[in-house]
Amino acid sequence: MASLNLSLKKMSRTSRRNYLTYGLVILAYIILQVMHGSLSSSLKGMLVPICAYVVMAVSLNLTVGILGELSLGHAGFMSVGAFTGVIASTCFQSLIPFAPLRLALGMAAGAACAALAGFLIGIPVLRLKGDYLAIVTLAFGEIIKSIFTNLYVGLDSSGLHMSILEDKTNLAEGGKLIIGGPMGMGGIEKISTFTAGFLLILVTLVVVFNLVNSRAGRAIMAVRDNRIAAESIGVNVTKYKMLAFVTSAALAGAAGALFAMNYSTIVAAKFDFNTSILVLVFVVLGGLGNMLGSIVAAAVLTILPEALRQFADYRMLVYAIVLILVMLATNNPVLRGYLDRAKSVFTGKRGKKEAA
Amino acid sequence: MFSKLVPVPSGSLIPDRDIGKSPILECINLGITFGGLKAVEDFNLTIGRTEIAGLIGPNGAGKTTVFNLLTKVYQPTKGTILLDGHDTHGMDTIKVNRAGIARTFQNIRLFQDLSVEDNVKTAMDNQMTYNMWTGIFRLPSFWKEEKTAHDRALELLSIFNMEDLAKVRSGSLPYGAQRRLEIVRALATNPSLLLLDEPAAGMNPSETAELMENIRKIRDTFQIAVLLIEHDMNLVMNICEGICVLNFGRIIAKGSPADIQANPAVIEAYLGKQKEA
Repeated sequence: MASLNLSLKKMSRTSRRNYLTYGLVILAYIILQVMHGSLSSSLKGMLVPICAYVVMAVSLNLTVGILGELSLGHAGFMSVGAFTGVIASTCFQSLIPFAPLRLALGMAAGAACAALAGFLIGIPVLRLKGDYLAIVTLAFGEIIKSIFTNLYVGLDSSGLHMSILEDKTNLAEGGKLIIGGPMGMGGIEKISTFTAGFLLILVTLVVVFNLVNSRAGRAIMAVRDNRIAAESIGVNVTKYKMLAFVTSAALAGAAGALFAMNYSTIVAAKFDFNTSILVLVFVVLGGLGNMLGSIVAAAVLTILPEALRQFADYRMLVYAIVLILVMLATNNPVLRGYLDRAKSVFTGKRGKKEAA
Repeated sequence: MFSKLVPVPSGSLIPDRDIGKSPILECINLGITFGGLKAVEDFNLTIGRTEIAGLIGPNGAGKTTVFNLLTKVYQPTKGTILLDGHDTHGMDTIKVNRAGIARTFQNIRLFQDLSVEDNVKTAMDNQMTYNMWTGIFRLPSFWKEEKTAHDRALELLSIFNMEDLAKVRSGSLPYGAQRRLEIVRALATNPSLLLLDEPAAGMNPSETAELMENIRKIRDTFQIAVLLIEHDMNLVMNICEGICVLNFGRIIAKGSPADIQANPAVIEAYLGKQKEA
């Protein structure tokens, strides 16, 4: 214990914070697994969506907190991941009988396609900055939604068929329509599990933390803090902005695949502007650049509407009021002072030394 | 090839310069116009490989514009910049830095939320080779290169005795330390020419004296050329081997500190024309 304490003190503040995040996520998983029997069924049903939203929040925090660009179309990447993920896992249904592997493949495919979408969207978007960039990402989110609302994809013995605007897939006998335009996807195999979600969160954290604490992360944050200075020291601004944006999109894609395979039907309208804003709320509430904050905010705010069920019709009103109060409280200097003091006791009286 | 065609600008800057070697920087008839306004015109300057040169002039003379031209923040509308004999035409800021020009800024531009050490390490990005996946999976070359970068960052910080501040957030450093950190950050890119934009601004006399020592130390240790803009004449006259005076975008004088101090055109630019009674 003493040696652990010593090595914790030797670590930098960031890495200590990262290990704390890993630790709390693993702890939460273990507690939820132990308590699994006593959880209410509605909460059990929310475990996978919570995981998906946590991944969404952490990945958006990479764009907003680390890269410093506001993105309002993050649900678009989730959508790409969800649709392509389900297509991939459906294609492998007969080939791979082992469901978790199919789920992993679906998430990988979703991540890859979302990364590609992120790259294509990034080419025009990353030339802009600030408000302009935010509004263009919003537009792209809506474009992605429209595409999937009008897309028909079917699978039969001769392979995948695709058409847009109307169903021209002409599937052979025994074929399956995977995406039915505005009807979305129906008959999805529900293969997402809480454990898979937990593992995806861990992968996301490893990717984000290790990326941030490497040359790429330094360069990304340098571009955020001062673009002109970053260029003056030879940092390839375009490359690193793209890298952060694509990584963020890929993780959102994986989250989308996980999310979609938790339901038997899903429509493109699920991943609309409201979802993008919801994820942005997690990020802002948790703190820009603060991954642990994003995780907690995503989990709490996903459960909150369920927990407020007793307020019946006033549920969303209470939700909004709680949100406003929490925002006010976390930005209150007096309360922040208390929190910092509590933190300094927890992390080994670091705060006192700085104050002295 | 091209450098042979270059006319040698008048007013050689340091007497003991090795004439056999090509100079590190040559500006030939450099100029830029902003919508009709000639901000800099006919700017000719040669800087030796290990020279400390000064660029002075009244406010608004175009000194920082020259820096912005050299680092390609602005593309020159006229003239040529030769860095080590190679034309920098068509390069952008990033490429010019990789070719060997590093700079500091008049209004400090640090990466405020990064630690002092990370500010320096970011500048070493061009010397690192591991890719994104190596970073994510923490492969051996990640640890090796990060260790090298860490050691070199501390070594560079030690020039200004700042190694104890390595973990401090750079935005919370005192003003003078922020200026020094900018110099260290620029040095970390391995430049052959260092441009310092008012390095002594906001420093007290003892800090300025220390800075002068350090600029000389940097030149001697790294064998690089330094071009600095400065209003502190004590600093300029003490450490610069050659001085170039700019007024209204044109060079009005070039030469050694002693020449410049005695030059009537310079005195006129700074103090105004003497009235003839």
